[in-house]
Order: sequence, then structure tokens, then C-alpha cells
Amino acid sequence: MLSRLVLVSGPAFKSSGSFGACVVQASRSLHSSPQSLAPVPPLPEKGGKVRHGIIPEELFQLLYPKTGVTGPYMLGTGLLLYLLSKEIYVVNHETFAAASIGAVVVYGVKKFGPQVAAFADKLNQDKVSKAQEVKDLAMTSLAQAVEDEKKEQWRAEGRPMLFDAKRNNVAMLLEINHRERLHLVTNEVKKRLDYQIEVQNLHRRMEQEHMVNWVEKNVVSSITPQQASASLPCSSPGFLLSTPVRQMELFPTFRFGDLYLYLLWPPGRGSALVFRAVYIC
Amino acid sequence: MADRPVALAEKRLMDVKLGQLPSWLGTRDFTPNGLLSAVRRGHDRYYNKYINVKKGGIGGVAMLLVGYVVLSYTWEYDHIKHDRWRKYH
Repeated sequence: MLSRLVLVSGPAFKSSGSFGACVVQASRSLHSSPQSLAPVPPLPEKGGKVRHGIIPEELFQLLYPKTGVTGPYMLGTGLLLYLLSKEIYVVNHETFAAASIGAVVVYGVKKFGPQVAAFADKLNQDKVSKAQEVKDLAMTSLAQAVEDEKKEQWRAEGRPMLFDAKRNNVAMLLEINHRERLHLVTNEVKKRLDYQIEVQNLHRRMEQEHMVNWVEKNVVSSITPQQASASLPCSSPGFLLSTPVRQMELFPTFRFGDLYLYLLWPPGRGSALVFRAVYIC
Repeated sequence: MADRPVALAEKRLMDVKLGQLPSWLGTRDFTPNGLLSAVRRGHDRYYNKYINVKKGGIGGVAMLLVGYVVLSYTWEYDHIKHDRWRKYH
């Protein structure tokens, strides 16, 4: 109310409470009273009722049981007449001034009261809405923060899953590595064993070739002195050689006329029989 | 209807019986601090009833002004007496 008087010079009929003053008032009573006043109770909507602007309603309520509705008015009239007749209230120039001022004041209040009240109400409403905005903003931001926090907690729950996946990855890598090394070992061992096998094969082949050559040489050298008694069309001994030799053992010979065939058995892979043919003339 | 006996000192003025008035006055605190706190309390009551509301009316301020007018008339009465129209009433 007092701040409204600051806002508007003239009086008003209906106005809103002054927030600044009431905040001070609330804080003062906060410090002095023993009860705790938080949260501060809301302001009452209307003030105490006052009749004709200057007489509180309590007087009328006080006198109503005994004198009815007109009691206080009668009291007022009697009091006024008494004051005038005994000249406790003296009628002088000041009375005229007071009457003029009173008339102007009453006229002003009756005419401009509601407008001033609406204006002051709007001002207060703006203040309230601004404060409400701030409060709403704070509320929404805090609610949002709560939501975000909940989301973060939910995310944190997923971390063990992440660790499991990573553990699986690491285990797989280890497994892969282990298997690669197993393969490596196997291959290396196989290579060495293959080498040994090849060496053995080589030995046997060489022995066989040598043996075959020696046998041929002996056969040829044993045949050559008989060349004179052999058939004439054959001028020089001819050797029919079949496919290259890959044998290990020597088999008995077959004689087809002048053709001496001795069978050499190939071991191991392949079952093809290879004949070493010697055409002896 | 007395639900339980209340000490005289704690009674409010309206609850004090007429015969107990002098003794009740004796229990009141008339130190400067006490007077100041009484003024403070009275002010708080008036303020919270008529002024510290959402939609106050003219009454809150008007009553104060009327009270001021009456008080100043009372203090000036000895001077205003001389403006009387009649000598004998």
C-alpha cells in the first residue's frame, strides 16, 4: 500500500499490497517471532473491512446485537450533535477548508479509484509473473538435470556390458594368436619332416640309379663279346629307354626274342609299372 | 467457560474482568523496552490487518489520517477555544 502511494499521488479504492514493504515486514517478523515462518504464508486477499472509509466494521458488529443496524449511525449522529452544541468542535475557517478538501478527496477516490487500482494491480502482476518465470525456469532446469542424472545412471549400468565385450575381444585376440602359433609350429615341424623324407627319397633314388646303371653296364659288357654270334641285322646295340626311372627294386627280366625286359617296381605313390627295356641285338 | 486457569499476567485486555483491571495493569511491562515492544506489536497488528494485503482499500490510510487530524485538533484545542461562537453552552 505504501509503495502504491509512492507510485500514484492520488488515493485509490482497490489496490494490491506492496511487495517490497511486505517482504521487509516478513523478514522483520521472521527474526523476532519464535515460530519459523518459512514458507511465508500468502498475503490475505482483502484487508479489514472499513465502512465509509474511516470507521472499522468491528464497531458495527459490536453494536449490532444491542442496537441493530442503525445503532452506530445513531451513535455517530448523537456524538456529532453533542460536539457541535457544546462547541467541543468549533466551527471556524478551518472547518470550511476541511470540508472542501474532504469533498475533493471523496470525489477523486470515487472517480479514479478503480483505474488506479487496476494500474497498481497490473504492476504487481508483472512483478509476480517475472518471479514466477524465474521460478519456472529454475524448476524446469532442475527437472532436466534430474532427468539427465537418471540417464547417466542408466548409462553407467551399461558399463559392465562394455567391459564384457572388451574382455571377449581380448580373449578372441589371444585365441587367434595362440592358434596362429600352433599353425606355425605345425608347419615348421612338417617342413622339417618333409625335408627328411625328401632326403631319404633322394638317397634311395640315387642308390637305385647307380644300381641300375651298374646292372646295365654289366649286362651290356656281358652282351658285347657275344655280338658276333648274335643276329646280323642288328648293327649296334640299341637301347629303348622308357620313362625316367623312379624305382627302388629290381625284378626278373622277360625275354621277348631279342628284347629283354626287366621290370622295375615303383614304390610309394603311383601304381604304374615302369619297364626298362633293353633291345639286345 | 474456563477450560483451564490462565495466569492474570498472560490474559489479554478484553479477557480481564473489570475488578481485576488494576492488578492486571500492575503486571504490564512499562519499561522503555516494554513500551517500545508494545508500540511495535500494535503497529504490526494494524499493518498486517489493513495495509499488508493484496487488495487494500482506502480505509487503511484514511483511518491513520483521520486519527492524525483528531489528535492534532486535540492538541490545538486550547488555541481553537477562542474561536467559539458562544461563551456559554
